[in-house]
Amino acid sequence: MLKLPVYLDNNATTPMDPRVLETMIPYFTEHFGNAASRNHPFGWEAEEAVDYAREQVAKLIGADPKEIIFTSGATEGDNLGIKGVYEMYAQKGNHIITANTEHKAVLDTCKHIEKSGGEVTYLSVQEDGLIDLKDLEAAIKPTTILIAIMYANNEIGVIQPVKEIAAIAKKHGVLFFTDATQAVGKIPVDVIKDGIDLMTFTGHKMYGPKGIGALYVRRKNPRVKVTAQMDGGGHERGMRSGTLNVPGIVGFGKACELCRLEMDQDTVRISKLRDKLETALLKLDEAYVNGNREHRLPHVSNISFKYVEGEGLLMGFNKNIALSSGSACTSASLEPSYVLKALGLGDDLAHSSLRFGLSRFTTEEQIDYTIEQISTTVLKLREMSPLWEMFKEGIDMNSIEWAHH
Amino acid sequence: MAYSEKVIDHYSNPKNVGTLDKASKNVGTGLVGAPECGDVMRLQIEVDDATGIIKDAKFKTFGCGSAIASSSLATEWLKGKSIDVAATIDNMDIVEELNLPPVKIHCSVLAEDAIKAAINDYRKKNGLEELVFEEKGVH
Repeated sequence: MLKLPVYLDNNATTPMDPRVLETMIPYFTEHFGNAASRNHPFGWEAEEAVDYAREQVAKLIGADPKEIIFTSGATEGDNLGIKGVYEMYAQKGNHIITANTEHKAVLDTCKHIEKSGGEVTYLSVQEDGLIDLKDLEAAIKPTTILIAIMYANNEIGVIQPVKEIAAIAKKHGVLFFTDATQAVGKIPVDVIKDGIDLMTFTGHKMYGPKGIGALYVRRKNPRVKVTAQMDGGGHERGMRSGTLNVPGIVGFGKACELCRLEMDQDTVRISKLRDKLETALLKLDEAYVNGNREHRLPHVSNISFKYVEGEGLLMGFNKNIALSSGSACTSASLEPSYVLKALGLGDDLAHSSLRFGLSRFTTEEQIDYTIEQISTTVLKLREMSPLWEMFKEGIDMNSIEWAHH
Repeated sequence: MAYSEKVIDHYSNPKNVGTLDKASKNVGTGLVGAPECGDVMRLQIEVDDATGIIKDAKFKTFGCGSAIASSSLATEWLKGKSIDVAATIDNMDIVEELNLPPVKIHCSVLAEDAIKAAINDYRKKNGLEELVFEEKGVH
């Protein structure tokens, strides 16, 4: 029996795995101690739980537990990683290189740094969403202290050439930070093999709780330090003060462990479903996948349906299917997705896109239902679209002088 | 974003979707908006020459639910009105009828523009002077 609504917006957030919730519960009312309480069993238990979780998190990404700083999420990790490096390495330089398709948490942090006198280069991406490595290397100068490029994009799922970026960074003695929020737990991420110096990720994108994440900060080759952005009791090796969210951390640890153990089999199943969905929807005329299809997360698909507007499209089924048109963070504005614009998409295609994010809990029945609903709605809206009619008549819409309001 | 019931109704059961023969002398066509803005409306009216009454109205819209509803509602209101009365339809009437939130008011403005554009197209074709409409302030 298909339960509605169907949730396919897993890039925005994921449901918690019930097994994760189970591990967290004792830490709310039973083992509720503050992990920093050194002097009694309540504190010791909490500390032990945190240590264990720290190992679980570290294991998922190939790091040492000492290299994990717990944060309130990826946004905080972006702030701490980028501002933290900027402040710590101020003597060395003040130039940061990033890309124009980064998450707002990175872009806004960089804007803040520019206001404080720092210099930021925002690289353009190619049409498929990938960074041009030559552009990256050319942008490096003596004052460059950090390259910040996301592992995988939240809107189109494109995976950047992380190993190559890391190699370029290393070659020039520049630190490499990556926002891996969409990648960790979904594809193999190894900070040693990938050559990453700092990395942020969060629990709620991998079937864990909201409000908890981690920043990986490398300790060897080279030893990296960040200036704390939250001052207080000196927690997390002085890099992030604040009482630890013990239940959140416990859940996050469990979520990481489950991903590490189940990622491979999940991926096989989920990518098949994603491909089924994509293949079926591409059968509709004038439907296009946005972003590189080869270097892409296995559970993501971003498709534009030309001549049909995205919000109007969503309205056809959003009571029954949860999706987004563009990222959740940009949906409050009337602007089309800046990530899609960065790919060179015309406004009309950017306005016409749907983002699908599948999960461990997505079933084939849900996908079949989605295919049917979306196809029906696209066809219905095309019947109502003056642009579709013009297209069918062979009118070149670029030649029309639109009466702008 | 919660849509009003009326918007949802117009979206699910749009009134008067279609195309009139734009070459015909009795038909006025208004095409407003732009693909870059995510809103394009085409509103057409068929006018009875003898009486000046709008006999039929059709629309097609590329846009969100509120845009579709605004143009659908417009076609309903146009049928049976004289072109002079139709020219007085104000976007705020549409906003009130559909309960449009502030962020969607521009959809109603576009619908009003479409109505006026269709009327002027008809007038032009029939040797009547085109009406001059005051530029609406930005809402």
